[in-house]
Amino acid sequence: MNETAAPPVEALDLNLEEFTGKHPICVRGLKTSFGEQIVHEGLDLDVRKGEILGVVGGSGTGKSVLMRAIIGLQTPDEGEIEVLGRSITGAQDDDDIDIRSRWGVLFQGGALFSTLTVAENVEVPLKEFYPEISPALMDEIARYKVVLSGLPEETTSKYPAELSGGMKKRAGLARALALDPELLFLDEPTAGLDPIGAAAFDNLIVELKQALDLTVFLITHDLDTLYEICDRVAVIADQKVIAVGTISELLATDHEWIQEYFNGPRGRAAKTTKDRLDAKDRPGERQAKPVDTPAKAGA
Amino acid sequence: MRAVADYSIEPGGDGGATLSFRGPMVVWGIGAMDRRLRDLDEKVAKVDLSQVESLDTVGAWTAWRVARDNDAEIVGASDEATKLIEAVKASEGKGEIRPGRGNLAERVPEAVGEMVSGWGEGSKGVIGFLGAVVVATGSVIRHPRRFRMKSLIRQIELVGVSSLGIIGLMSFLIGIVVAQQGAVQLQQFGAEIYTINLTGRLCLRELGVLMTAIMVAGRSGSAFAAQIGTMKLTEEIDAMRTIGVSPMEALVLPRILAAVLMMPLLGFYSSVVAIIGGAFIANFALDIPFMTFLTRIQEVVPIHDLWVSLVKAPVFGLIVALAGCYNGMQVKANAEEVGLRTTAAVVMAIFMVIVLDAFFAIFFTEVGWA
Repeated sequence: MNETAAPPVEALDLNLEEFTGKHPICVRGLKTSFGEQIVHEGLDLDVRKGEILGVVGGSGTGKSVLMRAIIGLQTPDEGEIEVLGRSITGAQDDDDIDIRSRWGVLFQGGALFSTLTVAENVEVPLKEFYPEISPALMDEIARYKVVLSGLPEETTSKYPAELSGGMKKRAGLARALALDPELLFLDEPTAGLDPIGAAAFDNLIVELKQALDLTVFLITHDLDTLYEICDRVAVIADQKVIAVGTISELLATDHEWIQEYFNGPRGRAAKTTKDRLDAKDRPGERQAKPVDTPAKAGA
Repeated sequence: MRAVADYSIEPGGDGGATLSFRGPMVVWGIGAMDRRLRDLDEKVAKVDLSQVESLDTVGAWTAWRVARDNDAEIVGASDEATKLIEAVKASEGKGEIRPGRGNLAERVPEAVGEMVSGWGEGSKGVIGFLGAVVVATGSVIRHPRRFRMKSLIRQIELVGVSSLGIIGLMSFLIGIVVAQQGAVQLQQFGAEIYTINLTGRLCLRELGVLMTAIMVAGRSGSAFAAQIGTMKLTEEIDAMRTIGVSPMEALVLPRILAAVLMMPLLGFYSSVVAIIGGAFIANFALDIPFMTFLTRIQEVVPIHDLWVSLVKAPVFGLIVALAGCYNGMQVKANAEEVGLRTTAAVVMAIFMVIVLDAFFAIFFTEVGWA
């Protein structure tokens, strides 16, 4: 029916060679600066395939700048960045376009296109990379991605201006997931969400990661998120990544900032919650009974 | 060309056929197959996924949709595939992609009606806004400390000083055009000396102020609308209100005052430069010496021409700034609206300036300042 109505569009010739290496994101000797102000110098980071890597650091240490450099929005002064085995730093705009079909990015404020509805926002990357997909399937994909991201189904026809902050984030996540990416970049996904919403968002990310075999690069200040869902945590300070590891490994280091970060009142509260939940061995607990998470409520 | 997803159908006996998918059932390989699947007439009883190489949510969705539409059973799915299918199944949504649109017969009258009522609402809104400006002016007069002098100076710089170059150049060229074209016509009667009257009176009374108003509408009126509109979008205006700063006093009044104060000066400046432009071309093309031209201007241009332009100028300034600020304040939803409102501000300003100019032309002639 669709074939008679409109001739099928030719598929774009994207290079979708499967990535077989161990580290989908590789950063070496990164230096970025804004004029006089140096943000990163000699920064190295490897993200392992299939992990959720949390990135923490004080305000202004350049977490978002690092993410922007990795996704090619910020040209570094020096250094090498490889994503899915291909160089971002050396790439011309059109060369790295196929890589863009394999990552999804959630910006802090959602960054939805304000003149399009939520569903149309989700369809933008699909239309851009896979014009051969029929409009009917496109609409179906947009609908389930929106629901998959935890939004009510009628949200699809709403405009971003009609959504709350949390809903914008979920809609942004739906757009980031539109292409079933291998890599997901999340910039403070739970900031500004209520504790119940934040816990649900955490669970959602874990579920999606397991179902879709995602590698997640997650910038966050949310200690609960770090304890609950991150496989490893990278700490940015002094213009580089000073430590990467599980939280217990990080706690074993004697860096002052790391100790303060994880052993401050909020860090301890988040840990207590985590321990209690582990003791019960029921990972779904946080979402089901948010009352049981004083750390969230107190955070 | 990369491998794409495909399917084959084996006719079955009782309930229907078995549909077997193969290849990569993923977003980049499924588009063509999906179009063919939608044309499928056969009744399918089983959907076999055992030959599928890879599956993502789009593939899972497609398999599940075929199964759902045919009431079929999914077989041969791996654990991961089953999980994915469960996930998309649970996420099925029925929402509209975009708000519905009525048919043409309804939409056209609706659009026309909205336009007409929009004019009504718009004029009411502008008058209301003017009222709010007057009230704000009153409260600033009662509490002079609240007046934002810095902001006013900044706006005066933006509206006035920084536009001197472009307005000067424009006026100089207009003076040249008026004098030169006027001279060509007047020469036919041997009356090219009247070029001086023409240039002097036309530029001082009409063109100087009118062209300046149009230029200010394009330069500053649009800037007011875009700036205030963006501030509304980013909630800066709301933030101001909560701090107790009235956006009327902090944003609107300085802009309006700057435009009202600068317009007479810019208009006069424009007239003067236009006359110099006329004198310049007369010197070369008409053999009227530069100084003679300027001396004659004093004799042939009545002083009330200056008063006419000085009365009109602040009114035009008020209209331009009012249209800009009003439209900026009306921005609500998104970035597109900022653009639309900026356009509306300039169109509204220029249109109202020309309407009022026509009114002034007749009015001043009637009162004897011909």
